[in-house]
Order: sequence, then structure tokens, then C-alpha cells
Amino acid sequence: MTQLLVAPSRMSTTQRVVTGLLHSREVAIVLVLLAVAAVATAKTSSFLFSANSWRDLLLTPSILILLAVGQAVVIITRNVDLSVGSVLALTAYLTGRLFIDNPGIPIVVVFVAGLAAGAVLGLVNGVIIGYGRVPALVITLGTLYIYRGVVLSWAGSDRINASDLPSGFLSLGTKSVASVPVLTIIAVAVLVVVAYYLHSNRGGRELYAIGSDPDAAVLYGLAVRRRVIGAFVLSGALAGLAGVLYTARYGTVSSGAGTGIELQAVAAAVIGGVAIFGGSGTVWGAAIGAVLLVTINRALPIAGIPDFWQRAVVGALIIGAIVLDRILAARRARKLIEARDDV
Amino acid sequence: MTTTTYPDFAQPAWRRWLLTRESAMIALVLATVAYAIASIDNFAGPLTLTYLLLDIAPILLIALPMTLIIVTGEIDLSVGSVVGLSSVLLGVTYQAGVPMAWALVVAILGGALCGALNGYLIAHLGLPSLAVTIGTLALFRGLAVGLLGTTAVTDFPDSWTDLATNEIGGTGIPLVMIAFVVLAVAFAVLLHFSTFGRGVYDIGLNSEAAHFTGVNVRRTKFILYVLAGAVSAFAGVFYTFRFGSARGDNATGLELQVIAAVLLGGVSIFGGRGRLHGVIAGVLLIGVLSSALRLESVTVNVINIIIGVLLVASVMSTNLLAAFRRATASWKRSTAQSNATATGAESSRKAHV
Repeated sequence: MTQLLVAPSRMSTTQRVVTGLLHSREVAIVLVLLAVAAVATAKTSSFLFSANSWRDLLLTPSILILLAVGQAVVIITRNVDLSVGSVLALTAYLTGRLFIDNPGIPIVVVFVAGLAAGAVLGLVNGVIIGYGRVPALVITLGTLYIYRGVVLSWAGSDRINASDLPSGFLSLGTKSVASVPVLTIIAVAVLVVVAYYLHSNRGGRELYAIGSDPDAAVLYGLAVRRRVIGAFVLSGALAGLAGVLYTARYGTVSSGAGTGIELQAVAAAVIGGVAIFGGSGTVWGAAIGAVLLVTINRALPIAGIPDFWQRAVVGALIIGAIVLDRILAARRARKLIEARDDV
Repeated sequence: MTTTTYPDFAQPAWRRWLLTRESAMIALVLATVAYAIASIDNFAGPLTLTYLLLDIAPILLIALPMTLIIVTGEIDLSVGSVVGLSSVLLGVTYQAGVPMAWALVVAILGGALCGALNGYLIAHLGLPSLAVTIGTLALFRGLAVGLLGTTAVTDFPDSWTDLATNEIGGTGIPLVMIAFVVLAVAFAVLLHFSTFGRGVYDIGLNSEAAHFTGVNVRRTKFILYVLAGAVSAFAGVFYTFRFGSARGDNATGLELQVIAAVLLGGVSIFGGRGRLHGVIAGVLLIGVLSSALRLESVTVNVINIIIGVLLVASVMSTNLLAAFRRATASWKRSTAQSNATATGAESSRKAHV
């Protein structure tokens, strides 16, 4: 009775890697992304082939990539973090204030402060959710209001302007190293580290286990509460980092910064194949989803569609991605059942 | 030993009624109103009530179907966008020369159609409602903004816009409240006094078990989403008439306010629990707090913080209360048991004597 339900693959390692890649969700989105870029470039060659547009293509998505990576980690544990937009606003304003109130403060200190502030806000989310045994959707909806209210009271109608910020910090937002913008390098570095952690580290695998079946994870003896809190701290810290980069990139920060960006981050993760019920998906997918969202926004006006329709296209894309997921999952389930019946 | 499976019904009806979360919410609303009347200068004035009700009318309306949806364990994040889209539909069709009555029909049918799309994807394809309605939130808002761009339709006839702002006689209660009361009674009957409503709770408690007991899960969910769409569209029509303008970005972010109010009213986000009068009290609490604080010239930021804290606290309180009940129940059981063994020992001793 020790017969396996599904026989081990007879393909060689290389074959398996290649077919795995071809079937992966990430490659599918990359193809869509390339198609969008190709269509836009065919219409207007300057979409890809001009000095500025190449930079914009890499630079614009970098902030959303950070948020999408954090969001993906939280969603993998079968939670969701809606407060990231408000965290971004808080840390973006904090960044500006630090420079105004402490002239000559080292840029590194500001980065650390932004990360730490974001991590603390994420910790608040995580502790309430972990110890209160309450749904993340409700709690982060509450902290979305609370954190936004804090920024609104703190900043009021005040606005951070580019002239308030040191030029060394502002140039970070536009500077490039070997024609790759610094912001993109930071985002990709974060992406690589988190992706490695999720793929190869014990803690990362436990996050998937928790998301697949939280009750089983508890029975198995995993430190569910600690891991979930960790995921929220990471999401908060990345939103904090995104806030600092937001200030560097745009130079102006008002109390309304990042309103509604939490839904874009969730959308990027969902488009990238991170299942909303947890347990599957990769941060690579979420990051590519973020790039796709931003690129579509830039490509639409070129394709002759007024940019008012952007959100409709994004919405259709999200729904299309979920429906596609369901169809693929149904096919996989059918194949597994066939394999079982054959045995 | 006879264990009472339904301990609640062992108590008299008035205690069962009073010792609920819904009654606590109503008491909280009354206390807030009393405090506001006593200590805030203009709160008792006639204008306060009118503006308070006008402000919360869209939330009150949409909270009704939203309650039923959350009781089934699902969610609808797209209602704010449906408000925007129906507002634009009303404006665009009216501008095209269609009589206002027909424009109204188009707007509300459009909203019902939006709800039907949600319902089809969620109930029939079985997709997660959170993800689907994040998608349709963007989709419907995108359609609304796409149809009108940055322009707005504002030349509505006064006879219609007055409908939204007029009061009933001289009571200070706006006309829209009649529509709300009618809808509230209808939804209360649907949820609390009909087979359909029992099905709604069954789905929230255990969808699979509900299916096996004969509840048509798909049809129930589909109907609820269509209702949510239609009522949101009605709220959109009200919103348009009240401010006299149809814009693509009308009522952005309203969905989160509605959900916050529903959860504040004691509906469990996991489904299967919650009652309509609690939800109405939840919306009223938010309305009274905002209007009282505004009269005290507290800014909207602080109101945001208070709504957020209330939301977090209300969800935590359900769990804390449940833990407290469990603790007292197990304490009662253990004392009852020790009493029983004590009397048992006594009687056996008597028998020996």
C-alpha cells in the first residue's frame, strides 16, 4: 500500500526546470508585460527607445514593487495588510520633517528611521492580529484610518517641498548607476533577499505552511503567531522604506500621499499569482505584477486610450487574473484526480 | 445530568434582549447623543439632525445589503465605485435628453448589473469575494471616470434635487429617510423573519452544511450581490441629487466607511453573526460622533482616528467578551459540579444512617 499517487517525474533536471518555467505564472505575466511594451513601442517608438523612457520604465514601479513584496508575504500567510498606504504617508512625511528639523542629518539615519517607523507600525498590526485572534482585514482597515488620521493631524495642510530637502537626498530619486536608477536597485535588492528567504529559508517555508492551513500549522508546532507578526513587521518596514523613497522620488509630500495605493499593492500581488487565500505564489510574481500595473498605466495613453480608462483596464486585468487562476487550478485538480483513478 | 444546550433561552426574554452586543451599541449611541446635547452648544439645534442624517444616508442605505453579505461570510468592496458609476450613468443619460424618470431607471439597473457581475463571479464561479471586488472596485470606478472624464453634470432640475434635501414637514428629518425606513424594514424582514434569511445565516456558519440542508447557496449569494448593487445605485442617485453634481469620483472610499460601520454594529467578519438593528446603531454612532466632534471644531483627522480605534476595539471586544463568557461558563460548571457531588455525598451518608 505504499504506492505513490503521482509517480516521480522521469524528466531530467534541466527538462523539469524548463517545463516548470514555461508553466509558471511569473513567465505568463512577463509575456503579457512584453506584449504591452511591444504594442506601445510599435505605436510610439519613444516608449522604449529614448533615454528618459527607459529610466521611467524602471523607476516608476520601484515604490509599488516594495509594497507588493511586503503585501505578498502577508497574503501568503492568509492575511492582508490594508494599512500600507497610510504607513507610506506617515514615513514619507516623517522623512521630510527629519530633514527640516535636523539640518545636516545623515541620509542613512533617515533611511533607518523610516524603516524602523514602518516596522513599528507593522508590529502594532501584527501584535493585535496575532494576540487578539482577529481578522487582519478588519484590523488593518482600522489602522488604515488611524495611521492616516495621525498623518492628517500631524501634517495638517502643511506640505514638504523639494526645497526643504537636501540635494544629496533628492538626487537619490533620480540618480542612476550604470543606467539603472538607484531606487530600482534598492527595490530589486529587497526583492532578491525576500525571495531567497521565502524559497530557501525555514522561516519562509513556514509562512507558506501557515497560509495553506493555519490549524494544521499550529498542530504541527509551528510558531504561527511569531511568524505572522514577523510578516506584518516586514510589510510595515517595506512600506516605511517605500515612504522614504517616495519623498526622494517626488520631492513633495502632503498628508494625502499614497491614498489608495494599498489596493494597488494587493492587485499587483493577485495579478502576480499570489492566491488571496494564502499558501501559494511568489514575491517575484507580485513584483512583476506591480511592473505590469505601472507599465499599463503608462502605455494606455500611447495606445490612444484616454488615461481616464486606466482604472477600468486594471480592474478587468485583476478579474481576468483571478478567473485564469481558477481555470488553471480546476485543470490541475482534474489531472490529479485522473492520476489517482489510473492507479 | 441535563446540560442546557441553549443557555441563552434559559433566561427571561428581556435579559436576552438587553444583554446583547446590539443593545450595548444602541445604549452607546443614546449616551453619546445625551452627552452631546448636554455639553455641546448647537447640537440640539434643528439643523444638526438634518445634516447628520443627510451625511450618513448613503452609509445607512448601503449598510443594509452589506450586512447580509458579511453575514454570509463574503464581502463587497465595490459599493463605493457602484455609487460613483450610477451617479455618472444618471448624469450622462439625463444629459443625453432622456427624461429624468428613465435616467433613474438606467442608473439603478446599471447598479444591479454591477452587482450581478460580482454575484456571478463569486457565487457561480466560486472566486474569492475579496479579490473579485477589489477588481470590480477598480473596474467600476474606471468606467465612471472614463465616461465623464474630469467633467461633471450639474444642470439637474430643482424639482429632483429638492427631493434629496427637502425635509418631511417641519421635522428636520430629510425625505430620504422614508426610503431608508422602507428598505430597512424590508431587509429586516428578509434577514430575520424569512427562510431566505435563515439561509443567509446558515451559509455564514457553514456553507457546505447549508448546501446539504437545502439552502441554495449560489442563488442566495447572487441575489445579495444584486441587491447590494441596486441599493448602492440608489445611494448614488441620492448622492448626485444632494450635491447636484454627477462626477466620476463621487463617494470614493465609501466602501471602507460602510464596512467599518457594519463591523462596529456587531457583525462578525467570519459570517453567521450579526443583526440589523446593531448595524443601524453602528452607522448612527459614527454619524453622531462625527457631527458632535465637528461642532466642537475637532478636525476630520481626529474623527478618522476615532473611527479606526472604534473599529479595532469593537472587533477585539467580541473576542474578549467570548473569552469572558467561556471563563464564567466553565467556572459555573465547575461550581455546579462540586455542589452536585457535595449533595450527592450528603444524601448517600443519609442513606447509610
